[in-house]
Amino acid sequence: MLSHLLPHLILLLLLSPLLTGIITRTKAVIAGRRGAPLLQLYFDLAKLFRKGMVVSSTTTWVFRAGPVAGLVVPVLASLFIPFGGIRAPFSFNGDLVLFVYLFALARFFTVLAALDTGSSFEGMGAAREATFACLAEPTVFVIFIVLARVSGSLTLDAMLSSLQSHIGHPAAGVPLLLAAVCLFVVVLAENCRIPFDDPNTHLELTMIHEVMVLDHSGPDLALILYGAAMKFFVMGALLVSFFLPPQPTDIVTETTAFVGAMLLLAVAVGLVESAMARLRLIRVPQLLVGTSLLSCFALVLLLR
Amino acid sequence: MTSLSVTPPSPLPSAMQMLFLALACLSAGALLPLVALGRPRLAQRLGVATGLAGGVSGVVAAFSMLISGTASDLALPWTTAGVSFALHIDGLAAFFLLPLFLLVAGAALYGSGYLDATAEGRGAAFHWSFLNLLALNMALVVSAANGLVFLLAWEGMSLSSFFLVMHAYQDPDALKAGRLYLIATHLGGALLIAFFLEAGRRCGSLDFSAFSTLRSLAPPQALFFFLLLLVGFGAKAGLFPLHVWLPDAHPAAPSHVSALMSGVMVKTAIYGLLRMLSFLPPLPAWCGLFLLTLGMAGALYGITLAMLQDDLKRSLAYSTVENVGLIFLGLGLWLYSTATGQATVAALALTAALFHIWNHSLFKGLLFFGAGAVQHAAGTRSISHLGGLLRRLPLVSSLIVLASGAIAALPPLNGFISEWLLLMALLALGQAATGGTAVLFLLLTALLALVGGLVLLTFSRLAGLVLLGEPRQRGALGHAPPAAMVAPMLVLALLCVGVGLIPGVPLKLLRGAATLVAGTPAAVVLPFGPLWGFCGGLLVTGAALLVFIAHRRAAAGDARRPTWGCGFLRPNARMAYTAGSFSELAATTLLATPMQPVVSATPTTCLFPTRAAFAREAPDPVLERGLAPFCGQLARRAYLFRKLQAGKLDIYLLYMFLATTLLLAWAMVG
Repeated sequence: MLSHLLPHLILLLLLSPLLTGIITRTKAVIAGRRGAPLLQLYFDLAKLFRKGMVVSSTTTWVFRAGPVAGLVVPVLASLFIPFGGIRAPFSFNGDLVLFVYLFALARFFTVLAALDTGSSFEGMGAAREATFACLAEPTVFVIFIVLARVSGSLTLDAMLSSLQSHIGHPAAGVPLLLAAVCLFVVVLAENCRIPFDDPNTHLELTMIHEVMVLDHSGPDLALILYGAAMKFFVMGALLVSFFLPPQPTDIVTETTAFVGAMLLLAVAVGLVESAMARLRLIRVPQLLVGTSLLSCFALVLLLR
Repeated sequence: MTSLSVTPPSPLPSAMQMLFLALACLSAGALLPLVALGRPRLAQRLGVATGLAGGVSGVVAAFSMLISGTASDLALPWTTAGVSFALHIDGLAAFFLLPLFLLVAGAALYGSGYLDATAEGRGAAFHWSFLNLLALNMALVVSAANGLVFLLAWEGMSLSSFFLVMHAYQDPDALKAGRLYLIATHLGGALLIAFFLEAGRRCGSLDFSAFSTLRSLAPPQALFFFLLLLVGFGAKAGLFPLHVWLPDAHPAAPSHVSALMSGVMVKTAIYGLLRMLSFLPPLPAWCGLFLLTLGMAGALYGITLAMLQDDLKRSLAYSTVENVGLIFLGLGLWLYSTATGQATVAALALTAALFHIWNHSLFKGLLFFGAGAVQHAAGTRSISHLGGLLRRLPLVSSLIVLASGAIAALPPLNGFISEWLLLMALLALGQAATGGTAVLFLLLTALLALVGGLVLLTFSRLAGLVLLGEPRQRGALGHAPPAAMVAPMLVLALLCVGVGLIPGVPLKLLRGAATLVAGTPAAVVLPFGPLWGFCGGLLVTGAALLVFIAHRRAAAGDARRPTWGCGFLRPNARMAYTAGSFSELAATTLLATPMQPVVSATPTTCLFPTRAAFAREAPDPVLERGLAPFCGQLARRAYLFRKLQAGKLDIYLLYMFLATTLLLAWAMVG
């Protein structure tokens, strides 16, 4: 539905940095602090876009391509996801494959941009990102398969907008809930949140994503931060569509419910971050493999 | 016995005419360099010119055949052999001939810049002669319409490629690789000879046109033929676990030969399998399941070992094992869904396999050409020693980045299209099935996603460490690749992008081949339409450009400083991440013990550092732990028979006497 393209993009571009603000605020409130303003990321982006850049003398065009891919890919991927009442602007049979491989495109360039600096620190982050993705990607596929089996469709738009009518159903409810749990873990892992990664620390040897973008500065860093916020928004939108109200109402109510659910998701992530410590690095693969197994279990439950 | 269908050669159809021209050029190319044996530069020029002419006219022939869609035959009487020298090109043959001739032309041009004729001496003439001979025989394998012609061309292909692998015969590694290749390819060849003899006996003729009587075979015999073909062709195609020769042979050969072997030679075996399967009766569903299990296992195994290799070309060779596994996965899915009567999925799976054959020829050819350029420029193939080539060779390195993206199936490049088709076939099978079957196919989907993740890891490691950062060790610096080496790479890169952006065109071209293989019209329409590339590509480039422009403006006052040195005062390139360290986390967390790389290190024990050594290798587990010990045992047993060879004349006379007596007795009884 191409008519939904404009509101879709406006929602994504304007709202995504707010979620990061909400997560930070939640963590601050729990810790008893006042915290940064909710709109802090908007200020940061505006400031960074006006700044100059320091670029490593080792780097090439690949280094500049990383942030661009990190920004463009979430926008493109979002076009296949419905945002509540706003249906996906594009959809075709099998677009779920494109969705997954688009994120692989972003990862490819982020990893290469990290390796372009020649720093062993960033090489370390790049290796971790590529390795953990090998574990997260099959889980995403299994979750999509569960959704496809439940809805009988292979388009993301149809899969996600029909979920609400299935989740109350006894045969599909439990697998769907398990899939939602797995998806929540994947959202945390893919967006570098605690317990996988701590977005607040750059200089710890155990970091993944933050390590890779260490040498980016100025507008490049702004692109990365904005891209990361949008990636969280897109993957969050996947998760949120499990829990939207079942009866289709008018577009405004549905979209409001969607936005509300997204804000709640941000609060939930903030709560997880306040309650948990980051996992030791050797535990991360174990958690990811466990999630894959859980998603397979959901599939078996559904097909039994 | 033989039916000689002699057509006069003068009014040849145009596609056949062009093919004949191509074959003539390549035959000339096999002989002419030898005439100029003492003058290496002239020999090289002759070899390149004939190879290029043959390749280009072959591309025209295959392309016109694919467009017109009419099959054409050529049959010349060949009285000495008692058969007719029959050629037949149809949609399927032309489908395989197109990438074949494309890479032959590319390899000829590339080789003219890659090989230094004066340094090679007399070797240059032999190299070019064998290269053209390999091209000629590959083309004959694909266009043969007679079992004898096929087998002769098959053997010619094996031998000429063996001599090309042995190009650096002074190197003990190359000798070992060549020996392994010779053994493996002939073990497979023996089974093919058995197949053709048996099929020829049953049909009364070795002509493929007579093979249609095989369709009335009883199921057990058909199954026997299927297994013969699978092992015979699988050994050549690099089907797991018969792939053991491949990772040794491809790195040993010069890069343009590796590109030819990896890009098209292994595919001729897939052609043979498809062609022969079209003569056999429909196979049961479990054959498909067997084939797709082997394919999936090969894909996982190949990419895992590709991830661990330090040698650039060895890593690419293992990636060929992975891609061949994906092709066989597609073929297995096709066999299975045909046997279970799911025509739409069958068409999808077959198209995926065929599309991937083309795609793999394009990006693997490009990657091997690129690896040769890297070796030329840096003087080493070890990923741990390379680095920083993108600044020295911007164009070639950017093309390698592109090819890495294509092989990792990133949209909007060509690899994505076949990966999408394959995943859709799996998902469609899983959607339609119930219970355990559904779980099987859906878990295969997840495994394919895992393979995709590992491919991304392997190729971001390859491109990132070879091309980016700083050189990890100062080696002997060679020269930048000449235009003759870059031009074929550019063509292949353009095709990778073009096929990805406009997948409808190649999809239409391979429809004829799919129909011939499936026996029924097999049309697959991409739901995103042939124009998705235009929309998607425009969107991507438009957005990327916009951001880039905004960027440029903002970055007018960029400062260039060295990379932050992690707190070291004098960081140097030897502290950078290496090939081993990049894949270490994946190796320790994802791999089972038998697949782990073998590490030999001297531990530091005392306070003051002493001389230490560290080495990490990832040998082939199937070869090292399975086949090599088994063959060793076999050889030790076989030594027992040496006692028969006593070296004494009287014993040999006794043998002869016994043999004569036995034969006489047999003759009298029989």
